[in-house]
Amino acid sequence: MPFAGLLNDTRVRAFVLQLLAFAGVVAFVAWIVSNTGANLDRLGMGIDFGFLDDRAGFNIVQTPIPYTNDSTYFRAFLVGLVNTLIVSALGIVLATIVGFAIGIGRLSSNWLLARLCTVYVETIRNVPLLLQVVFWFEAVLVLLPRPQAAITLPFGANINNRGLYLPAPAAEPALWAVAIALLLAIVATVVLARWARRRQAATGKPFPIWTVGAALILLGPLVVFLLAGSPVRWEVPVFQRLNFTGGIVIIPELAALLVALSLYTAAFIAEVVRAGVLAVPRGQLEAAGAIGLPPGLTMRKVVIPQALRVITPPLTNQYLNLIKNSSLAVAIGYPDLVGVFKNTVLNQTGRAIEVIGITMAVYLFISLVTALAMNLFNARVALRER
Amino acid sequence: MRTVFVAAIIGVTAGLAAVAPASAATLDDVKARGYLQCGVHTGLFGFAEVDNDGEWAGFDVDYCRAIASAIFDDPTAVRFTPLSAAERFTALQSGSIDVLIRITTWTMTRDASLGLTFAGVNYYDGQGFLVPADAGFETVADLDGGTICVQTGTTTELNLADYFNSRGLTFTAIAVAERAEAISAFEAGRCDAFTADASNVASARMTLSSPDRFVVLPDIISKEPLGPMVRIGDDQWLNIVRWTHFALLNAEELGVTMANIGELTASPNPEVQRLLGQSGTAFGEMIGLTNDWVARIIGAVGNYGEIFERNVGGGSPLGIERGLNALWTNGGIQYGMPIR
Amino acid sequence: MAGEDATFLRPAPIPPRAPPRGVRGPIPWLRRNLFSSPANTVTTILVLLFLAWTIPPLIRWAFIDAAWTGEDRSVCLDGGACWAFIGAKINLILYGQYPPAERWRVVVVAVLFIAGVVPLAIPKVPGKRWNVVYLLIAFPVIAFMLLTGIGVGLRHVPTDRWGGLFVTLVTAVFGIVISLPLGILLALGRRSRLPVVRWLSAGFIELWRGVPLVAVLFMASVMLPIFLPPGVTFDKLLRAMLCIAIFYSAYMAEVVRGGLQAIPKGQYEGSMALGLSFLQRMRLVIMPQALTVVIPGIVNTFIALFKDTSLIMVIGLFDLLGMLKSATNDSDWASPSVPATAYVFAGLIFWIFCFGLSRYSIFIERRLERGRQRR
Repeated sequence: MPFAGLLNDTRVRAFVLQLLAFAGVVAFVAWIVSNTGANLDRLGMGIDFGFLDDRAGFNIVQTPIPYTNDSTYFRAFLVGLVNTLIVSALGIVLATIVGFAIGIGRLSSNWLLARLCTVYVETIRNVPLLLQVVFWFEAVLVLLPRPQAAITLPFGANINNRGLYLPAPAAEPALWAVAIALLLAIVATVVLARWARRRQAATGKPFPIWTVGAALILLGPLVVFLLAGSPVRWEVPVFQRLNFTGGIVIIPELAALLVALSLYTAAFIAEVVRAGVLAVPRGQLEAAGAIGLPPGLTMRKVVIPQALRVITPPLTNQYLNLIKNSSLAVAIGYPDLVGVFKNTVLNQTGRAIEVIGITMAVYLFISLVTALAMNLFNARVALRER
Repeated sequence: MRTVFVAAIIGVTAGLAAVAPASAATLDDVKARGYLQCGVHTGLFGFAEVDNDGEWAGFDVDYCRAIASAIFDDPTAVRFTPLSAAERFTALQSGSIDVLIRITTWTMTRDASLGLTFAGVNYYDGQGFLVPADAGFETVADLDGGTICVQTGTTTELNLADYFNSRGLTFTAIAVAERAEAISAFEAGRCDAFTADASNVASARMTLSSPDRFVVLPDIISKEPLGPMVRIGDDQWLNIVRWTHFALLNAEELGVTMANIGELTASPNPEVQRLLGQSGTAFGEMIGLTNDWVARIIGAVGNYGEIFERNVGGGSPLGIERGLNALWTNGGIQYGMPIR
Repeated sequence: MAGEDATFLRPAPIPPRAPPRGVRGPIPWLRRNLFSSPANTVTTILVLLFLAWTIPPLIRWAFIDAAWTGEDRSVCLDGGACWAFIGAKINLILYGQYPPAERWRVVVVAVLFIAGVVPLAIPKVPGKRWNVVYLLIAFPVIAFMLLTGIGVGLRHVPTDRWGGLFVTLVTAVFGIVISLPLGILLALGRRSRLPVVRWLSAGFIELWRGVPLVAVLFMASVMLPIFLPPGVTFDKLLRAMLCIAIFYSAYMAEVVRGGLQAIPKGQYEGSMALGLSFLQRMRLVIMPQALTVVIPGIVNTFIALFKDTSLIMVIGLFDLLGMLKSATNDSDWASPSVPATAYVFAGLIFWIFCFGLSRYSIFIERRLERGRQRR
């Protein structure tokens, strides 16, 4: 019975099964593609990315790269992408800082502080982010005055309900010297750090690398800056009839989205951090205490390095969530990738398949790159077993 | 178990592929389904809104009901799909809806490049501006350097840029996907002005907490002919939507109203006879409907004038003048093509 | 810590501390928990200042200045919360546009659901198997027939009339019921010996996990018919619900995979040695262990799903949030405090459900931990 024998051979069965599964998926995809093709044909559309070179014709409120309404749709896409990256990057930094603070606060010996942090976490993470984004937007607008009554801040900065207006630095040629000084200081710090680590490994003598490094990087360029005669002009925002012009603007949409995203994600990061710190065995703390390490040093040298191993994978997930959640910007009109590209460009051109395809691909790409970077970091902090 | 799983996938795939009803005729699909899928605004007082009884109401909504009445003799045989500006064309292209009646401006690009087409102009509008009364704005030019709230993906967004550019004026656009968000941002002082079609602006003013603190600027900066849209390549369906509109206009011109439709079936006027399917020529059947199609429409929603008055005109809180939307016989440009 | 040479070690022994004075009663408790060191005292004062700054205005807004009853916006103009608005719109918020005469059907379904879930959630109640059968098979059929009116001779209520909290709950329950089994299948696929199945599952999971739900919902709501043969279309609410369910099945798969990885290899080998088939191994040995380990993760995914049902508002469905927002457009109620009240109310409702779920997960976790310690 060769046929029955074949059927019972697990290798053959596995092969046939996989072939069937693969064929099924291929058939499914082919079916979708042919449907789409037929439907687009009926509309006389076809798939064509040529529209990306057409003139956009609409304005965008936050343009970190040069853009006017004469730019192309592709340029608009880039503006949206950069805006997404800006809010994601700032959000990740802020959420990490707040999250670590809250997570450690929940473990504080101060009863009141620990309770407050618990209330924070339990409130924030059980309410939909969409609501929080809208809430902060309304709050920002309610709390801030109109431009005519702007709150003046030092150095020519001011804040009103059109945004936070900061003086913008405009470089003059001699600024190169400062940039070179900064670069040199960083290189020197890296070299110094290596030397210090080797010396500590060899002799056990610690070296205050953080203090010295910070001094090098901050003071070095500052001295050069002053020697070169402060080669920066500050462009101060000026009030003109309705609005401030000039300077750097942080628009309320960005502020609200940033606050909502980082506070929301921070609640989850706090839980991750707390779990990570609790995962460090008590014996480690007791041993650190027994050899007389002060609490700060215990935290830095004993607890955090071990906690990071537990923290990193779930932290990665939180970062990825934050990036994807930044798409809720559409609710308040922050011009992110979804707002500019998926909403405005799609609606002006009607190119749904192309626009959605690009949008999805970009998010997928950002997610994969972030995951890759965090996996590398994870490999560094992971326990190296001998 | 995995075998079952895989077999199930293949089976489902084959099964779905076999379904393919393949009729490209929208009317047949609608009839088979038993109701019309109509794409409307997510919430625009006067045009499309869910009222306190949970029923959809408004100018555009009545157009959906008119088409449903023509097909099914039942103004409730409609399912409304509320769509944001950014979703509307995709929804119609993909076939999620049969007709889009959502204050959409007829432009050449939209007619030529979306795979969609306009069936007529049911509302002639233009772009207007809403500003705080105490800000001292008299004309649009006073908004130079200001911040303006607008909905994304609209013609208004493009007109705004053109208008300001061509006059050497500057502005900052806050483009928001949802109209309600744009208005609340404007009310909270995020913008100096809110801009949209004039009817839309008037409607926005009514929903503010203190309408008296806001005024509509007299300037109208663009032409915004708003009309229903259908997919290209289905002329029968295009005719149904187009002639529903013309029938509403002709009914008003001939004085056929919801109230007198019962008596007028016996009217000696040949135009009324043709309109109401009493003339012997089967006008309704020419476009795939029944001969009493107009009687069904008028009986359910009234004529164009009645729809206008009830939703946006004198009979509603909006109180918009007929203006361009008056019949051509009354100094407007609404002109129903003759049914004959 | 910098500066002095040599080591991290303390050069001299720490002097012995004085014996504690009292350890019971409120004053020692305060001293221990709030004022144990200068830094601690400063923290306490700062926290108290923060509370004094935030709590009173909140209470004033929510209770003292609030308008509790009224017919229109005129009662809501003095800056406090406008609870009268919630009262006036409560039917819309709960049922959406569901026909008033038929709302008893929603209530009946809710009661049937609670009758199924409560005994399931209490560990001591017997008959879990039948309970699950009821919830997963009988209840959905009854609920579907009652809510739509199909097959039971009641008036047909199409889903475009569904709305409010009712739709939020239907979407969430549907998503939870579909995403768990689908997630288990995907997790098994991702750990399969067969490379093609493994790649396909991994690809599917990572695809969904890499894109924002807003974009996926957009595709499901307006683009889906483009991928189907002409004329084939199905209900918009169903599309959104399926979309959320599939999206979260990818997250669920990763949670379940964590549980599968936590099962010692010996369990797999042992069950194989007993001659159990794949299905038997999974059903009797692996899944009961793997799923119990990850109950907290599963519940957290449920919570995330529940919160994300609010996104269906973005595609024009009237869930709790969408209904509240559309209610705030009512010109009879237009006043500055109405949207704020609506948002706070929606937040409160979501909070109650999510917090309840998370407490329940902690309760189950504790129970399981106790079980493990006993061994």
